Amino acid sequence: MVSLGMEYYLPVIWALLLAVAVALYVVLDGFDLGIGVLFPFARSEVEKDQMMNSVAPFWDGNETWLILGGGGLLVAFPLAYSILMPALYLPIIFMLLALVFRGVAFEFRHVADTSRFLWNISFAGGSTLAAFFQGVLLGGFVQGIKVENNAFAGGALDWATPFALLCGLAVTAGYALIGAVWLILKTDGAAQARARHHARLLLPVVLIFMGIVSLWTPIAFPRIADRWFSLPNLYYLAPLPLLTLLLAGLVWRWLERGHEHLPFLGVIGLFLLGYAGIGVSIFPHLVPPVLTVWETAAAPASQVFMLIGTVFMLPLILGYVAFVYWTFRGKVRAGEGYH
Amino acid sequence: MPMEFDPVLLARIQFAFTVSFHIIFPSFTIGLAAYIATLEVLWLTTGREHFHRIARFFTKIFAVSFGMGVVSGIVLSYQFGTNWSHFSRVVGNVVGPMIGYEVLTAFFLEATFLGIMLFGWNRVPKGLHVFASIAVAVGTSLSAFWILAANSWMQTPAGHEVIDGIAYPVDWLAAIFNPSFPYRFAHMVTACYLTTALVVLAIGARYVYAGRYPQDGRTMMRMAIGLIAILAPIQAYIGDAHGLNTLEHQPAKIAAVEANWGGHPPGAGVPLVLFAIPNEETESNDYEIAVPHLGSLILTHSWTDGFASLKDFPREDRPPLLVPFFAFRIMVGLGVLMIALGWVGAFLLWRRRLFESDWYLWPTQFVWPVGFITILSGWFVTEVGRQPWVATGILRTADAVSPVEGWAVATTLVLFVIVYGIVFSGGIYYINRLIVRGPTGASIDTPDQGLPSQPLSGARDAARAAIQQPGE
Repeated sequence: MVSLGMEYYLPVIWALLLAVAVALYVVLDGFDLGIGVLFPFARSEVEKDQMMNSVAPFWDGNETWLILGGGGLLVAFPLAYSILMPALYLPIIFMLLALVFRGVAFEFRHVADTSRFLWNISFAGGSTLAAFFQGVLLGGFVQGIKVENNAFAGGALDWATPFALLCGLAVTAGYALIGAVWLILKTDGAAQARARHHARLLLPVVLIFMGIVSLWTPIAFPRIADRWFSLPNLYYLAPLPLLTLLLAGLVWRWLERGHEHLPFLGVIGLFLLGYAGIGVSIFPHLVPPVLTVWETAAAPASQVFMLIGTVFMLPLILGYVAFVYWTFRGKVRAGEGYH
Repeated sequence: MPMEFDPVLLARIQFAFTVSFHIIFPSFTIGLAAYIATLEVLWLTTGREHFHRIARFFTKIFAVSFGMGVVSGIVLSYQFGTNWSHFSRVVGNVVGPMIGYEVLTAFFLEATFLGIMLFGWNRVPKGLHVFASIAVAVGTSLSAFWILAANSWMQTPAGHEVIDGIAYPVDWLAAIFNPSFPYRFAHMVTACYLTTALVVLAIGARYVYAGRYPQDGRTMMRMAIGLIAILAPIQAYIGDAHGLNTLEHQPAKIAAVEANWGGHPPGAGVPLVLFAIPNEETESNDYEIAVPHLGSLILTHSWTDGFASLKDFPREDRPPLLVPFFAFRIMVGLGVLMIALGWVGAFLLWRRRLFESDWYLWPTQFVWPVGFITILSGWFVTEVGRQPWVATGILRTADAVSPVEGWAVATTLVLFVIVYGIVFSGGIYYINRLIVRGPTGASIDTPDQGLPSQPLSGARDAARAAIQQPGE
């Protein structure tokens, strides 16, 4: 590369923006899907109401980041979108259908009388399956996709490997953990005590999953081993797993000491560290292991046109999202939650 | 062919199913958001409590509908890739940013302020709540703007160039404001308002007829009839203009809609085919009933001019005929019904006879699906009429499909039908329950009337006596 012009920087900027959007999605919808994963463990309808009301004003906005993830990929990297979507066809559709079930459950459950238990199942089952298939998608993406002539060239079940299924379980556990620490923040009484108990059970489980994935990827995929264990990368990257362990220890202590805000922030930190680890393993590929962000980028005119809008709109969006979270700050008030 | 699946046909059926299911909800919520915002502004300016009560009532219905719209909409943003990956590769540079702008300017706005609209009644000041409702209404309209810009570009592409089979943007303003966009946008937004007005009218008529919540029911009916009486004829005019625009840019679509095979003698003009079974084999119409010259009059505004016929296009460039032909006639027929409903209602309102006219009230209770059927018919006309192209002149539908195995598409199609069937039945069931509970949330009576919910004639008379009392 002689000169690093627009055609070099634009795809990098867009890759970063998409990474931010997906990270926001994983954290925000992570806790509200996680509440669905924990839903069957609630002891009473009152507790279930509390759990659901803690996310009811936000879930819709949270899922919009998922649309931005899909839409953003189409906008900025149409070739990657056109390969990844058919490659991951079945898990994507399964995830979307699961999201349908849990999304409608919010309003249906509120209006239902005798059929309420059905929407409890729909909410819990839908959330859990959506979390699981998001993990499968992550695994299917990391393990790589068969590409010929710039099109997906594999079979409909290529994604279904033990590694992808393990990632599905890992993400489900991770979402349950962030759901639990969100509930510590937003509820009190019995619901909060149960959430604290769940968080302490889930924290080590999530760490074990993170450990297995961290060992599995370099063993199974030489390109990832190269990235991490070649010099001097090793020196720069070693802090990532060390920081993860340190932060996990802190979260454990905060849970023991009864903090309400710190565990939530700490788990967000753990998510971001894991996320950064995956980013390190993958970048600059957008369709691993073959196509990079540059090879799949949209025309510069399209990326610039969209970037202009993003520069103005994203701060505005973050502003009013923050405003809504602030409006509904504090503990869920009993009986007040629903319209 | 028992185990053979045609992936293109399956992908089309699946996308037609999911997009048709989805469009039902925005069609309703675009209008309903505007209606709720209007009610809240009226409440804020007049201080009259029943505007607040009606606004809260419709907010509950809005919440159920909007939820179904969101979840079915997320599906679509991925199906462009899962089902039509070559489409996203070939036209993604142009269509992608329009969808991106929809997410950035519309989806976040509506989804975020929806939280305040639904759950903020006791958390934020009145004025801020009204602002949130307006923000949601603006968001839904912005969303329509961008998605219709993208769809219209697929119908009548402009502002682009094609290099090595891939479309690249050249002039964004020309691409967004492409030839059919202004017409399609005006036609669709008006259709959404009419659809909502028909639902509001039907609910109002149901209450007035049954003698429940008469004050709220009358307000709903008045507002809805006023809107329909004005907008339905305007919509007919917009539709006519949209048709002329289509004749200019997509003549094959109009030829299919009119079932025009040509061959008319000079000076005879083109007849208007009222009914026929268009036959693609014989290239003629079976069982045709037609009015001479009327086709020319409507489409060329002259007595004798002709316009493109199906035979002017090679067979492989013609759209399928039956769907656009019949869907168009359903759309126009229901449009005429709307004009009649609006004008008769307005006349009765003017003569102060509306709320006693059982012959009008009783059937009007059942008009709530009319707008939805009309909108779906209209979309079937325009989308099937665009075939065999997915992006006119740039990419054929058959070349746009994803390399996904047929069995996988068939499996997910079955799942979509089952899941959407359950969700749709649930939605209708719970919306009906909200209507039965009524604006006060009580499932049996209005406290101020104390009338039984059954439409007993005695109860109705009493309710009407209450209606006649001044000082509403």
